[in-house]
Amino acid sequence: MSANGQLLSARFGRRDGHKLSVYEAEGGYRALKKALKEMSPADVREQVKAAGLRGRGGAGFPTGVKWGFVPANAEKVYFFVNADESEPGTFKDRYLLDYDPHQTIEGSILSSYAVGAALCFIYIRGEFGWLVDRVNRAVEEAYAAGYLGQNILGSGYSLEMIVHKGAGAYICGEETGLINSVEGKKGQPSIKPPFPAVSGFLGAPTIVNNVETVATVPWILNEGPDAYRRYGTEKSPGTKLWSVSGPVKSPGVYEVPLGIPFREFFEEHVGGMADGERLKAVIVGGSSVPVLTADEVMATNLDYESLAAAGTMLGSGGMIVIPESSSMVDLIEVLMHFYWDESCGQCTPCREGTGWLHKVVGRVRRGAGEHGDLERLETICNGMAGLTICPLSDAAVMPMRSFLAKFRTEFETLIRKDPAPEPTSRWARGEVETR
Amino acid sequence: MAETRSAFALNDAGMAQFRRLVERYPTKQSALMPALWLIQDQEGHVPPEAVDWLVEQLDVSAARVHELLSFYTMFRAEPQAEYVLQVCHNISCHLSGARPLLEHLKQRLGIGIGETTPDGKFALEGVECLAACGMGPAMQLGKHFYEKLTPARVDEILESLRRGVVPRADTDRELAE
Ligand SMILES: Cc1cc2nc3c(=O)[nH]c(=O)nc-3n(C[C@H](O)[C@H](O)[C@H](O)COP(=O)(O)O)c2cc1C
Ligand code: SF4
Ligand code: FES
Repeated sequence: MSANGQLLSARFGRRDGHKLSVYEAEGGYRALKKALKEMSPADVREQVKAAGLRGRGGAGFPTGVKWGFVPANAEKVYFFVNADESEPGTFKDRYLLDYDPHQTIEGSILSSYAVGAALCFIYIRGEFGWLVDRVNRAVEEAYAAGYLGQNILGSGYSLEMIVHKGAGAYICGEETGLINSVEGKKGQPSIKPPFPAVSGFLGAPTIVNNVETVATVPWILNEGPDAYRRYGTEKSPGTKLWSVSGPVKSPGVYEVPLGIPFREFFEEHVGGMADGERLKAVIVGGSSVPVLTADEVMATNLDYESLAAAGTMLGSGGMIVIPESSSMVDLIEVLMHFYWDESCGQCTPCREGTGWLHKVVGRVRRGAGEHGDLERLETICNGMAGLTICPLSDAAVMPMRSFLAKFRTEFETLIRKDPAPEPTSRWARGEVETR
Repeated sequence: MAETRSAFALNDAGMAQFRRLVERYPTKQSALMPALWLIQDQEGHVPPEAVDWLVEQLDVSAARVHELLSFYTMFRAEPQAEYVLQVCHNISCHLSGARPLLEHLKQRLGIGIGETTPDGKFALEGVECLAACGMGPAMQLGKHFYEKLTPARVDEILESLRRGVVPRADTDRELAE
């Protein structure tokens, strides 16, 4: 099942990977049969804990540990699969669900079993209309095959699965926003604690996991925690899907072991920069993490610890590659527009701060920046970080601060009223092949 | 299920799906989002009569329904253009030429972003990341995405839509039976 270290991506790019018969023929639903026959929910949790699987939704929290937070005497438990995938630069969950929906469905059943859930929601962002249909068909197939519903495979365990379609809001990807959304409310985050594992959907213990996290569970149960730990590093075991975009030779989704040097990944897998482009910077973990300069990124490895040491985060693994030919001021304006647009408006520092960042950055970009504007940007950031209900506010601050600190002369030039740079990359003309 | 007094009705298939939703979702209110999708899929938007209908069917307040309609960008309370072209203007698509592409579309359609052509056929919107970043610039139309767009490809798509034919999207890939 793991040819060439493809634990998750073995069926990517294939025309038949979505089919139940293909998935089964390649070992699919074997883990479910085994778990329901031979393992208790606690055994499943232990295996996942021993494998050291860390959540792929952004925070990297150990999955088995999180599952253990569900109170033992809980009457009703819910399991949510987070397929909201809206972090700019990230498009891997879409590949998982498109090419191999049953892998995620099997992982969802196993995860639900592990936490004692009788109802599982797969929350898919509304823009993925075709994918909602595809996953719904796969869920129906799984019901028909007896992998879902009452008394699954005669084990006594029953699980219902509902595919819930979002309707356009980045903030619904935040786990409490996601839960509120399925309750039929606005997808605004709630204050933690209480954490969803204790009080979530309809007040009951609820576990939310990212698609990639869940999709890894069948492999771990089939091959065992030790086999999983043969990939990656001590503290960052396993493989990771990286979504690579920007003017590179081959944009796309890549599965590699955690801990691989960025240089090797970039040169050998991605093929380096597109012709005529030079590397200036990389945002490695989706738009919400601090940017790294070319020198910084070339010196780092791709795992949670190395990236933290480099001053950034692994995040969602949405790797945005920035060429010399583009303006950092232009790009940060695009990002600040995004956070301003997507702030849910509950917290004043976030609602007002994102608006101000967007406004001030915009005038700097247009060459209308006033003296003191760069210091003003820093002051606004200081008033936004660590003060809000959810981390969206910090998610805006991290790119803003790092762009400003690491590419300050690009901003300063504009304050001195030099003409605004050509806003878009020279690359663009669509000749780049996608894997 | 309560007898409806409001002027709205789902068609038979929609009603069957609605009943199933109410059965499967743990509370009536939790079925609100999927119910809004059913209505919008049938009508193209969520008309005021449908809001009244939901209030009766799901025991929610009208305020709650309006709250959802305004919070979620994909729900529309007003009738929409026949083809709503939603072009991603976020960072990766920006790096691959979203801005000139949007300019091109504005020019071809003779409208600005957020506007609809006078014949009601096309609307143009700039949207945030669609999760097609490696295949940018990307555009959503209905349930599908068009990817790696160039001005020439956009012209072909527009040409086809003008004839009432929705061209095959990149996300509509050929699958094995
Ligand atoms: C603003 C914001 C957006 C988020 N968007 C997503 C998302 O699209 N997908 C996702 O899996 N997690 C997202 N998260 C993280 C979730 O809150 C949650 O931590 C995650 O789904 C847990 O899964 P994991 O433990 O498997 O990583 C987001 C968090 C924030 C603050
Ligand atoms: S930080 Fe921003 S997005 Fe998060 S809850 Fe507060 S206002 Fe909403
Ligand atoms: S930035 Fe356009 S799809 Fe992600």
